[in-house]
Formats: sequence, C-alpha cells, structure tokens
Amino acid sequence: MTEQPHTTPPAVGAEQLALLERLCNASGVSGDEGEVRKIVLEQVRPLADEVQIDALGSVLAVRHARGVEAPLRVMLDAHMDEVGLLIVSDEENGLYRFVKVGGMDDRALPGKTVLVGKDHIPGVIGAKAIHLTEPGETENKISLDTLRIDVGPNGGKIKPGDRATFATRFRQVGPSIFCKAFDNRVGCAILIETLRAAAQSGALDHLELLVAFTVQEEIGARGARAAAYRFDPEAAFAIDSTPASDLPRYDAREDGAIEDAGYNVRLDHGPAIYLVDSGTLSDPRLARHLMDTAGRHGIPYQVRQPGAGGTDAGSIHRVRAGVPSISISVPARYLHTAAAVARRADWEHTQALLWQALVELDRGILAQPR
Amino acid sequence: MIELKPFLKQLISLPGLSGHEGPAREAIAAAWKPLVDDLSVSPLGSLHALKRGSGPGERPRILLAAHMDAIGLIVTNITPEGLLGITEIGGVDPRILPAMPVMVHTRSGDLPGVVAQPPDRLLPPNARSKPVQLEHLLVDTGLPPDEVHRRVRAGDLVSFGTEPLELAGDTLVGHSLDDRAAVAAVTVCLDELSRRAHVWDVWAAATVQEEETLGGAFTSPYAIRPQIAVAIDVTHAKGPGASDWRTAPLGKGFTLDWGPNTHPALFNAFKETAERAELPYTVTVYPSGSGTDAMGMQIVNEGIPTMVVSIPLRYMHTPVELISLKDIARTGRLLAEFIAGLELDFVEKKLRWEEEA
Repeated sequence: MTEQPHTTPPAVGAEQLALLERLCNASGVSGDEGEVRKIVLEQVRPLADEVQIDALGSVLAVRHARGVEAPLRVMLDAHMDEVGLLIVSDEENGLYRFVKVGGMDDRALPGKTVLVGKDHIPGVIGAKAIHLTEPGETENKISLDTLRIDVGPNGGKIKPGDRATFATRFRQVGPSIFCKAFDNRVGCAILIETLRAAAQSGALDHLELLVAFTVQEEIGARGARAAAYRFDPEAAFAIDSTPASDLPRYDAREDGAIEDAGYNVRLDHGPAIYLVDSGTLSDPRLARHLMDTAGRHGIPYQVRQPGAGGTDAGSIHRVRAGVPSISISVPARYLHTAAAVARRADWEHTQALLWQALVELDRGILAQPR
Repeated sequence: MIELKPFLKQLISLPGLSGHEGPAREAIAAAWKPLVDDLSVSPLGSLHALKRGSGPGERPRILLAAHMDAIGLIVTNITPEGLLGITEIGGVDPRILPAMPVMVHTRSGDLPGVVAQPPDRLLPPNARSKPVQLEHLLVDTGLPPDEVHRRVRAGDLVSFGTEPLELAGDTLVGHSLDDRAAVAAVTVCLDELSRRAHVWDVWAAATVQEEETLGGAFTSPYAIRPQIAVAIDVTHAKGPGASDWRTAPLGKGFTLDWGPNTHPALFNAFKETAERAELPYTVTVYPSGSGTDAMGMQIVNEGIPTMVVSIPLRYMHTPVELISLKDIARTGRLLAEFIAGLELDFVEKKLRWEEEA
C-alpha cells in the first residue's frame, strides 16, 4: 500500500444535508435529469479537472491522479434519475392521463401530490371518494387507467411528454430523513463529497478518479454503460440506495423477532455491500477489500441479502473487456414511493466506507486471485 | 373582511379528528369572535356563536351548522421495531394511505410520520398483490424504537399530514376540506352579515363528531331551538372516478340538496334566493339520508325544518380533497342573502306545506 496523507472521511453536516435536500427536491425522472444535472455540474466543476456531459446526459467528472505514474483508474458511479410519471394525454380541464417511468407500486399512487414539468405545476392524484365505492371495492387495486393527475380547472401549460414527480419536500426527523428520490440523490451527494474531500485533502491523489453521475438507471441502467465505456476503468464502485424491508412480518414470533425475514437490508446497520443481485456478481476482491476496510476502521456495514434488484454495476461490469465492479448502497425504507425513510448515520457510514476503501485501494488488491 | 384562502389554509392545517376538535375550535372561535355577539362551547365541544338580529323582542332563530371534525387514524399498537399499528376514524379507504405523510399527536408533542406499506413477502399469502388493508399498514416516525415506545401510546391520534396546495382555477387542495370548507363558508356569511341588516338571530355552529356519530348535530339545536336549521357540507364533485347522478360540477356553484332531510318550502326559498342573487347552483338529490348534520338536526326537539347546502369537492376523504374557493364564497354569500331576506313572519307565511296553503 502506498503511503497516504492522514485524513478523516468526509462527514455529514449542515452543508451536506442542505445539498441532499436540494438534490432530493429537484425533479429528475429517468430521461429528464436536467434539474439534477444542473446541481451536480455546479458542485463538481470547481472540484474536478475535467467535466463533460455525454451523449445521454450523464455528467462525467475526472480528477486526475497527482504525482503517480500510471495511476489506478477507478470509476465511481451514482445515478441521477428517479422513478416518476410521464404525462401521456391531455383530457382537458386540467386532467391528465399518465404512465409510470421506472418500477413503482401502483398501490402507493392514489392520494399523492405531484409537481408537473419544468415549472413544477402542482397537481394531485385523487381517488374516488369512499362513499362512492361499491361494497368490496376497496379490496381491489385502483386501476392505473382510472387515475388522473388533476392540476385544477383550466390548468394549462402541461403537455404530453412532461414528467411529474412526487411533491414531497425533504424533511429531517430525529435521526431520520423523509424525502422522495433518496434513491439515488444520496449517491450523488456521496460522490460530490468524495470529490470535495479528495480535492481538499489530496488523500486520493494516487487514483485517477472517474466520477459518473448517470442517467436512466431506473429504466435499465443505460447511462452507466456509455459512461463506463468512455472511462474505461480498472475497477468500479456503484453507490446507490436499496430498499430496507425491516418491517414486522405477519408471522413474526411472539417477541416480534424478524431475524428470519427477507429484510434485504436494515436501517441503522450501515452501508449495504452487494455480493449478488439480479444483475451483478460482485468482484470478490473488492467485496473483501470493503469488508476488511470497514473492519479496520470500525465502520458498521451489512451484506445486502443476495436477491433481486440491480444497480449500475450490472451495466458497468460488462463493458469492453469487463470491469471488476461492486455496489454499496445506503439502506432506506419505502423507496420508489412519495416518501422514503432513511437514517443520516447510514449515509455517513456509507460515505466513510467508500472514502477509506479508496484511500487504501491499489492495484495489488486487483492482482489477487478473483 | 375575512380573507378566505389564508383562513381556510390555516383551518385545514390544524388537527381536530372527530371527538378531538379542540385545535380547530380555537381557530374558528378566534375568527368568529369579532363577527358575533356571543360565543360558547357545548358539552360535546361544538362551538356556538350568536349574532343578534335587529327584530324586536324574542326573535326567530336560524342555525347554520358546519362540522369541524376531520377523518383520520388512531394508534392501535406499537410493534417491537417502533412502528405504529393503526385503524381509522371517520371512513378512510386504505388504498389512499401508503406513503402518505401523517402527524402523530402524542402527550409529548407531535411526531411527523409516513404510512408504511409492508412488502408483499412480509404479508400473509392471501393479502399479497392486493391493496394492503388497515390491519397490515403501519406508521413510521423515523425515531428509534425506545423513543417511540416512550412517547407514543395506543389511542394517540394520527392526522393526515399532506400540506395545503393551491391549484389552477382558484382551487385549493388539502385534507379536511370536508367540512372546514363549509366552516369557512359560514364565516364568509357572518362577515357579510356584519355589514348587512337582518332581523332574525343567527346562530352559527361548528359541530363535532359528524363523521362518526352526528353528535354535534343531535345536540347543538337542543338549546338553541332554531326555527330553521341549515347543514352546510361538501358533496361529490364530478371528476376522475366520479360522474354519476351523485356528483355535481366543480366550480359551478353550490348545490341545493333535495331529499328527505330537506324541508320542501325551505328548498324553494333557498332556490329563490340563489336566483334573485344570481348565484349559480345545481340541484342534487339524495334518496334517504343526506350524510350531513341535517340528518341529526331534523329530529332534535319536536323536529326542525332543515335545509342542506353543499359545496362540490373532488376526492372526498382523501388527503387531496380539491375544492373551488369561488364555490365556498358563493355559499357564504347565499347564506347571507337568505338571512338578510328573512322576514319576522317567514315561518308562518312561507314555511308551509303545499297542502296548507
């Protein structure tokens, strides 16, 4: 391991919270990431040596290594897009038909407030009054076909093709954060802070940092593929958010134990390291490196229960001749709904783990047998 | 002059579930105080206001009733993980709850939260990929389990937490517009009457418990003994999922509701008033009960002639009820016009059955 200047990982303070608030409140449905891109550009331009927007709209920022021959090329990835809605037809009088963009549970749409288009025109997804329902009707799903976005009579200026996001505003409650789009603005915030700390401390000067803020992850991890091709990295870390299903189980034991449940990940247990998901078999050397690093520095972590779901790593690891890749996620409950719940500490520990892992990353780790 | 929009936004931002209307009552009392001669609170918590008429001696009395209670949720249990089990108060479709912001009212202050829908695999097999019913929904306050157990107890109330939103076409969105929009209409009426002569005594009541027991409706007219009682409530506006005969157009005026809780002569008098004042309206009909305070008020004491006036509203009993502010103002104006036009002998002369004439 090369000798590194002593540094502490970037912390989560008032400035980081303010940045995450801006990022989460921005509208950035897959394919329409402009508002998020604007914030990301404003943040990374002073920190990176090169910044560009690629053909798909991803922001690619490079911070060159300093004073090192042939530095290790490391890609850091976080997607900017969020799941949301797309207006598909104008039914007049302020009523609009919509479809979903990305994976969302239809059951969490009725009764929510939304913001439509670049002007953030407020609207609601109403539901039929319970008084007007037939007996037994509440047992059945409300069909997406019957829902409309209602912006009020004669609410104009909206056209098919406009995107809508939940109107939920970022809020801190005790140790938690309530917001929309935590998936994956928290990843964007972590990469921005990593770049900032790298610029300030020089602790990552041994690495060629290739930082991608990607588009269209929620509809097929598309931006990451083009970004990885251009960056041609030797290793990649995708930073994302993953659903915590650490809720009571209907058949929980008397004491409420949920140890045996399919919780995926749990809040308050630190960053979730991926070994297997539906798109990626994580590089075991990187997995070991992350766990060893966490252990050495006393950073809590959890292994994401192997199973369904995917991240940009699923695209990145199959680009060109192949890229050793791994994902680390911040756990959060109720992702892809109007209001996720996450813990500030899990975010901070994820940021710290990524930082320490990068500080201690070298080609020797990748030279080990897979 | 009362500023309708800010007043209503304030009202729908306050808790006040059925049986626990205190916060709403205080705000309404503050708004009514300068407009009336006397304010009192009934044993069940309804707010009564008297605005005296200019007639001599013992004047006839009209009662305007709008309920101030809101639907919501109540904590049933607290799980070991610090999540809250819930049930509903007042008629809630569980399908509008997942991911909804809420406010939990505890002994040690209010806790914001969100309604959690457990993933299918945590639910019993027969409850999967269907709307999750109340028994499986939870409220997450984002606080550690020990703090939740310390601060929350079964029976704590949970209000909808969606914030008011102004939409196009002079419309307002929020929860508990049913029936605080009608409270606002009564307030508009009282405000207008402060500049107009009327010979009858006017009683305004912000009633309690309409959504559950009609407790306010059954009790407020008892001591007031009005000659006429008017229930002001909301009705279903046409919109997505609502287009049948039970619905009225949004933003095209109030509805005059015709059915067994409506005294035919009063209905005609209100219709004449609306036409004279050139206020747009539609007539809706109900076959049995109007679903308003009129159902209770009609059978208080020896029976009271009642009228039902409603304001069309979309998405009733959801956190995104949507209403036209213009319709609210028109409703207030109708009430004021009707009251200003009441003669001292209205009951004897006009409030008669066709067969009596």
